[in-house]
Amino acid sequence: MKGNEAIGEGAVRAGCRYFFGYPITPQSELTHYLAKRLPEVGGLYLQAESEVASINMVYGAAGVGARVMTSSSGPGISLMQEGLSYLAGAELPSVIVNMMRGGPGLGNIAPSQSDYFQATKGGGHGDYRLIALAPNSVQELFNMMKKAFELADKYRNPVILLTDGIMGQMMEPVDLEEEFEVEIPQKPWAASGKIDHEGKNVINSCFVIPEEMEKVNIRLQKKYFEIEQNEPVYEGYSLEGAELILVAFGTASRICRAVVEKARAQGIPAGLIRPVTLWPFPSGGFEKAAVQAKCFLTVEMNAGQMVEDVRLAVNGKAPVHHYGRLGGMVPAAGDVLEEVKRLYYGGAVR
Amino acid sequence: MIKVFSRPKSLKDMPFHYCPGCTHGITHRLVTEVIDELGIQDTVIGVGSVGCSVFTMDYFDIDMFQASHGRAPAVATGIKRVLPGRVVFTYQGDGDLAAIGTGEFVHTAARGEKVTVIYINNAVYGMTGGQMAPTTLLGQKTKTTPYGRDETINGLPLRVCEMLTSLEGTAYAARVAVHNPKSILKAKKTIKKAFEIQIKGLGFSLVEVLSTCPTNWGLSPVEAVQWLEEKMIPYYPLGEYKSPAGVV
Repeated sequence: MKGNEAIGEGAVRAGCRYFFGYPITPQSELTHYLAKRLPEVGGLYLQAESEVASINMVYGAAGVGARVMTSSSGPGISLMQEGLSYLAGAELPSVIVNMMRGGPGLGNIAPSQSDYFQATKGGGHGDYRLIALAPNSVQELFNMMKKAFELADKYRNPVILLTDGIMGQMMEPVDLEEEFEVEIPQKPWAASGKIDHEGKNVINSCFVIPEEMEKVNIRLQKKYFEIEQNEPVYEGYSLEGAELILVAFGTASRICRAVVEKARAQGIPAGLIRPVTLWPFPSGGFEKAAVQAKCFLTVEMNAGQMVEDVRLAVNGKAPVHHYGRLGGMVPAAGDVLEEVKRLYYGGAVR
Repeated sequence: MIKVFSRPKSLKDMPFHYCPGCTHGITHRLVTEVIDELGIQDTVIGVGSVGCSVFTMDYFDIDMFQASHGRAPAVATGIKRVLPGRVVFTYQGDGDLAAIGTGEFVHTAARGEKVTVIYINNAVYGMTGGQMAPTTLLGQKTKTTPYGRDETINGLPLRVCEMLTSLEGTAYAARVAVHNPKSILKAKKTIKKAFEIQIKGLGFSLVEVLSTCPTNWGLSPVEAVQWLEEKMIPYYPLGEYKSPAGVV
């Protein structure tokens, strides 16, 4: 199964019945899949006139209680930022897939990880957070859609899945786990018409009185704190005795896994931490690893974005270096290995 | 004694924040009277917008959404596609709909989305303090056209109903005014018809309501009513621009 299809099938099996989107490369196959698949299960694929309209259609559908998603890539995700801020402000569960591509500007359609800041630091206005997930296999793309919808409903928060064209185009076997259990919670807050509930429901992020707006913000921050406590996920690989720890997510983490194996074979005690949730960032994993590690190396397909969070997590206990390829270039395992050797033998580790 | 006039059930009992002489209050009343008469208070979902009408979510005693600037028709689309049995309407001003929201309302109409748009045209941005709107008349002075709207700089004002007639998805487009009792009665009938057309599943319906903004026009409420009659109606003629055959 292709990554794009796995996302689509994962969404359908997670109970998503509505997709609103706008064409952009390299996420087209996902939309092709859902345009065909959703009507088969009584759902709706609707092509909007723009990404701005798409994300606001998501807002409407989420606000009446539907499991709903959209997908796009860099430029389109940028156009959705206002909508994402509104979704976060009005606390509407929704799932957004970003097939990251090279930027800035129109950039290109090659795989990239340069939207890390945008996804994890709030690309739109206001103090808000998106839950950001970073799968690194086709199986995980499939499984993570269910996880994304569950987290969205659990916290009434938009969830963004960060991936790229390599993952989307990659073909790998996927265990579809038969029909996985899907439980869509009751949504008594949905503005689906007064007939459905006591009193009136309003989907809103506008509070003109600063005292009220502050209260809403404090409530949101409490929720974000809870997410930071409960939901960070990372995968550790070959961390036993690791003195040089690579840090990478998504496509870059697959390359780094190979690098770790090669380094170990050459006698370099290397390991890998792969953040699965980019926000909440799994800082806890670094606190443990930093006790033994003498050096960290983040490998990203950007100019150094996640490295900032790694530095905060490591908190000065060890030097944190960055290796990145930009503009849609993918790091080659051999080049990363050279960087590992340079650090290890060059004295950064000892 | 028979009570012949009271507050519509779907309108909350609270003071409006609108300026003296503003006609938003009248249109709020008309919309909620129609909701009551159609018996849809429990099944209607409203989408407010950004501008002076941002507080419709407080005034209407129905389920409401507060949409971002210009995007109410997209939000309404999302709602209606999930719940096709509900009656869905947006309430938008001219800056919201006819400037920043042009993409959304045009395509919502083009898709023949079964939603109703109540479109308030008062020829000015009210909430932000009286700047030029896409509907500001030629020569009209606003904060951002202090010498009067100049065609060579700003082009000509946008006529929304006329634009919509070219779209097959538009089932109903009509322009009314709320500056005198006769017009108000006509406006109510028109709004009711727009909702009925949605309920019958005939397509997209829009009612443009010519409205006053004495504060930002720099006129008294009485002068504003005259200005609407003498200046706005000649450029924005009242009437039904498109209506399905057989629906009265």
